[in-house]
Amino acid sequence: MAGCTDLYVALNFGTLTGTKFLDLWPLERLKKINVKGDVLEIGALATYSDVIASRKAHKWLPMLIDAARQIGGPQIQNRGTIGGNVANASPAGDSLPVLAAADATVVLRNATDLRRVKLSEFYTGYRKTVRRPDELILAIEVPKQTGKQWFRKVGTRAAQAISKIVMAAVRDERPRVAIGSVAPTVVRVPRTEAALAKGSIEDAAATLAEEITPIDDVRSTADYRRTVTVNLLRRFWADTA
Amino acid sequence: MLSGVPRVKLTLNGAEVDVDAHPMKRLLDVLREDLQLTGTKEGCGEGECGACTVLVDGRPVCACLVPWAQVEGTEVTTIEGLGDRHPLQQAFMDEVGAQCGICTPGMILAAIALGPKPSLQDIKIGLAGNLCRCTGYEAIYRAIQRVSA
Repeated sequence: MAGCTDLYVALNFGTLTGTKFLDLWPLERLKKINVKGDVLEIGALATYSDVIASRKAHKWLPMLIDAARQIGGPQIQNRGTIGGNVANASPAGDSLPVLAAADATVVLRNATDLRRVKLSEFYTGYRKTVRRPDELILAIEVPKQTGKQWFRKVGTRAAQAISKIVMAAVRDERPRVAIGSVAPTVVRVPRTEAALAKGSIEDAAATLAEEITPIDDVRSTADYRRTVTVNLLRRFWADTA
Repeated sequence: MLSGVPRVKLTLNGAEVDVDAHPMKRLLDVLREDLQLTGTKEGCGEGECGACTVLVDGRPVCACLVPWAQVEGTEVTTIEGLGDRHPLQQAFMDEVGAQCGICTPGMILAAIALGPKPSLQDIKIGLAGNLCRCTGYEAIYRAIQRVSA
């Protein structure tokens, strides 16, 4: 357990059945945010407040700052961690589209091995990851970014809201778009990205409407999500022109 | 109570405390039940309302989401730590920033974390994790601005 902002909700509701917990909070070394060669290494225990306060993160990955500022409110930002967001594997996790669009890598360690898994390969299904039970997420590595970064979270309020749709995107010769809350996991949209690379927003918009598979749930409808996601794509393209 | 589990030691409202509580017990419950500090309220139990806001090392957190073990070695401030004489407490009364009062302890502690002379925008962002069902927030913002003036 780290920031406990998801864990204790389940614990309080009685839906968490585990009885043994390992407290990671004291592992100060895992809170650091540093540039190591050509990657930004975000320690798994870096809180959203740590990210917001990090000049390196501001310079390297401003769309992560945008995301961190829109998660919960100050109380949640002071405790919730990037590693926790990644491990929790919610399809609505707000940092996940940022990390997916940035081609980030998850660094995992157990007693014997260290391995790296691309974030785009980390999720296998709804709340399912390739993390083994004896593995700890040490850090998220983000390669140096080019182009313009863009982030938008659509929710009922500007704070304390789980997203209806959340999108992060990067515009350069290789456009990248990642979206949350429209599938069981965070997704990239390669066919839409290919259409954007050709410069056609109309083709990309039409492709995107087919490429995502949103559902109706307590927060929104498939129809709303499809419509608004395409609107967000157009907004991204216009904002970064 | 629990053999082999080290007791959590911390500074609470300026004084050292050493309370024997389960490490996974919510900070909110240790404060209210073990320490009889009932100024910190439970509004939702899921970190959405901010009524249980306390300061840990000067930063606002939801006490319903903090395990007792994690405040080891920290400085925790609750509304009781302000001693009824804090300018914000007076300002909340003067501006009628409290009606039912359930959000008020959390609001005041979140406001303290803003530091001196916050802009209205700073206040709105800094209090984004604190919900009020009674006042419509304007009187709360006026109270905070009154202290910073």
